Amino acid sequence: MSPSVPLQEMIRAIRSARTQCEERGVIQRECAAIRAQFRQSDNGGRSHNLAKLLYVHMLGYPAHFGQMECVRMIASPRYSEKRVGYLGAMMLLDEKQDASLLITNSIKNDLSHSNQYVQSLALCTLACMGSAEMCRDLAPEIDRLLRASNSYIKKKAALCAVHIVRKVNDLGELFAPAARALLSEKNHGVLHGAVVLITELCERNPETLERFRKTVPDLVQIMKGLVISGYSPEHDVAGISDPFLQVRILRLLRILGRNNEAASDAMNDLLAQVATNTDSTKTVGNAVLYETVLTVLDIKSESGLRVLAVNILGRFLLNNDRNIRYIAMISLQKIVGTDHNAVQRHRGTIVDCLKDQDASVKRRALDLSLALVSASNIRSMMKELLIFLSSCPPELRAQAASGIFNAAERYAPSQRWHIDTILHVLTTAGGDVRDETVPNLIQLITNASELHCYTVHKLYRALLTDITQQSLVQVACWCIGEYGDLLLRGECQETEPVQVTEDDVLDALETVLQSHMSSPTTRGFALTATMKLSTRITDNVDRIRSIVSIYGSCIDVELQQRAVEYNALFKKYDHMRAAVLERMPVIEKNSPGHTNGESAVETLKEIPPAKVKQGESLLPPQPTNQVCDLLGLLGGPEETLQPSPALSSSAPGLPVNTGGTAGGDLLDLLGELEPTPVAPAPAMSVYEKDGVTLTLSCEKQSDSGLTVTLTASNTADSDISSFTLQAAVPKSVQLHMKAPSGDSLPAQGAAKVTQIVILNNPNKVNLKMRVRVSYTRQGAAIQDTVQIDSFPGL
Amino acid sequence: MMRFLLLFSRQGKLRLQKWFTPMTEREKKKIIRDMTSMVLSRQPRSCNFLHWKDLKIIYKRYASLYFCLAIENQENELLALEVIHRYVELLDKYFGNVCELDIIFNFEKAYFILDEFLMGGEIQETSKQTVNRSIEASDMLQETMEEYMSKPAF
Repeated sequence: MSPSVPLQEMIRAIRSARTQCEERGVIQRECAAIRAQFRQSDNGGRSHNLAKLLYVHMLGYPAHFGQMECVRMIASPRYSEKRVGYLGAMMLLDEKQDASLLITNSIKNDLSHSNQYVQSLALCTLACMGSAEMCRDLAPEIDRLLRASNSYIKKKAALCAVHIVRKVNDLGELFAPAARALLSEKNHGVLHGAVVLITELCERNPETLERFRKTVPDLVQIMKGLVISGYSPEHDVAGISDPFLQVRILRLLRILGRNNEAASDAMNDLLAQVATNTDSTKTVGNAVLYETVLTVLDIKSESGLRVLAVNILGRFLLNNDRNIRYIAMISLQKIVGTDHNAVQRHRGTIVDCLKDQDASVKRRALDLSLALVSASNIRSMMKELLIFLSSCPPELRAQAASGIFNAAERYAPSQRWHIDTILHVLTTAGGDVRDETVPNLIQLITNASELHCYTVHKLYRALLTDITQQSLVQVACWCIGEYGDLLLRGECQETEPVQVTEDDVLDALETVLQSHMSSPTTRGFALTATMKLSTRITDNVDRIRSIVSIYGSCIDVELQQRAVEYNALFKKYDHMRAAVLERMPVIEKNSPGHTNGESAVETLKEIPPAKVKQGESLLPPQPTNQVCDLLGLLGGPEETLQPSPALSSSAPGLPVNTGGTAGGDLLDLLGELEPTPVAPAPAMSVYEKDGVTLTLSCEKQSDSGLTVTLTASNTADSDISSFTLQAAVPKSVQLHMKAPSGDSLPAQGAAKVTQIVILNNPNKVNLKMRVRVSYTRQGAAIQDTVQIDSFPGL
Repeated sequence: MMRFLLLFSRQGKLRLQKWFTPMTEREKKKIIRDMTSMVLSRQPRSCNFLHWKDLKIIYKRYASLYFCLAIENQENELLALEVIHRYVELLDKYFGNVCELDIIFNFEKAYFILDEFLMGGEIQETSKQTVNRSIEASDMLQETMEEYMSKPAF
């Protein structure tokens, strides 16, 4: 067996290994030797061996075979062995290892050792890797040490108690009295430990927090002593007396003063004193000031003190030290919501920090600048933000772009400014914007109707310069397709006039179509735009036809489909081309889906309005009988509907425009009931079967709008429940059903159900309506349909 | 509370690691890799503070060694810089003009000093002299015990 080398020689040998392989060889030899040594019983070099193993462990090699050796060495009576043994325990054992339990007994014995350095080893190890069980076992010992020992041990016991409380929450109660007593110690180490312990107890248990509020005057006293008293060589750091303790006390005061007026009042003076007297030339002074500012802003301090705190942060912003500027911005970010005006005063400095070299500082400055944007400073702030966007690091681009969009949306002073800003962002950082920017921008542009000419000119120019930014190209194509006629007209109030010929425009769109930089979506936009121009230009329609037919055999399926459909539009449906490709209406943001307002089962989805959306598949040939087509949509062939003799007989059978007499007819059936006051427009009974009657009255609202009121009543002897109405109208008519007044029709017409239907008939087609009636009577579900071909009052 | 303290060289070799919360070996290795790559890639005159997961990382370079300390979110970063500086001062006093080699060849002493200064993720002693005195006394105890043990008993 090779003799083991001393630790230092081994380290030298490892370091002189020239390759990884050589190093591994040396380490393997050494580990073998160490393992052999471990197997031997007591010899003088045990601590050296373990130290060597720990070195090897630090280099990243496995060292678990040393765990039992640590346990043995901890139990050894020799101090040198205990020292290394405990160090090994802290490095190799943790609470997840089983071997850690074996040292509990040794720690317990060492805690009551006569030598304080042995005690300190045990305390240190317990605080480093003590598991919950070990903590529970040894907590009473720690408490004993907290009360009666010298200050060297007391300070360690305090931190050990902190670890125990973190592991086992309930034991906090055990240490509270001792912690209180420790506050009257003079030794700074003990005081520090006590403050940490009290902080930990208060953070975990609100009742303990209440109890410790009484200590605020003591803490204030201690703090005053530190701040005012003269030079103390033992604790002085660059002129500040024990900054570590000061910061901890300030933190504890923060926790105690939060949400508590009385405690906050008690510390007001002290905080003001610390804020004004602390020397801020060195980092250490700034550390104390920083903690003071955090405390002032968190407790219920008086306004003068808050202003002082924000001013300190403002001074930090001007500091040469980058760290201090970073800290200042983080703190300002936290209070920008509550003390907005105070932070606004420093806006200039914050905006300057956008130009700082450091990436962390830039990020903080961006967050803060976006938070400070308001209606009054939007123009100047946006200028700065756009400059920042053009030179900012790539990882901040997306955040900056979305922040700018949000700010522009909330505070835009004018639509033209808004559109300009968005265009600017798209040209500088178009690749980093979110996907919903394109539809949002399109919606914005359609809303700004007087700026269409200006917008399309600007976008055209942008398209000519650069077709790589996909979002920008998509929006530009859409606009050119939509407002191409404005572009070709040439003159525009807001920008210099430029002559654009139809060929130029088509050239631009073709470039986008053919460029390999365009994404499939962008090419789709370009193709549709080209198609739309066919109705807006006069001379080059043939050119468009040829472009469209070329793409009929394109590999990209989406483009091919579009091209084929547009080709069909040219060929078979040329008469409809103008209508299909006309200007889009203003798009409403979040337009509510039209529903028929019913909560009942089988709600029929409303027939979508007839306005053809761009790019949609072509309309099927219009059937002669439009309403018949709707039957399919009502879900179910006619056979399933109950044959309703009423259908054929009631419509022609019923008198039209009976006005009040219809109500009178019903009255006879209903007997003694008062007629419900009919709407001013004449009512007409449209359905009558099994005692269920449906009357309809309508009122013209506008040139194309009509309000129809359907009233249902039950003249039979049995009650009707779950009464619902569904309606269908021809495709070009828009239907909106409001919620019915109810869904039950008691017998003998005791109550009626009314439902209002709003119709919009812009194309003035022949108005027809098919109504399906469904209800439950005596447990049986019944359904019926009635067609209304003529409306009274129309 | 401090979560861990790492010392590594410009080449990324680890010289000291102190963990204040229990973690598996795999987690430790991963953290060491992350920290070394993050810190070593920083520009020379940038901010000393980083964000990593939910912790704040404070790092400072002293000659050829990087000191990297991870603290929880509510801690004071500027004070963490002072903690690092205090530890360097303690090492300097003990070794006399400390350099990286001292820490390499006497790593267990560096740990002993650290254990007198920090404990359980918190500062244990705020006075430099007290820490130095404790270390000297412990060393004395170790030597005298060894001498005593190695002397033949009569």
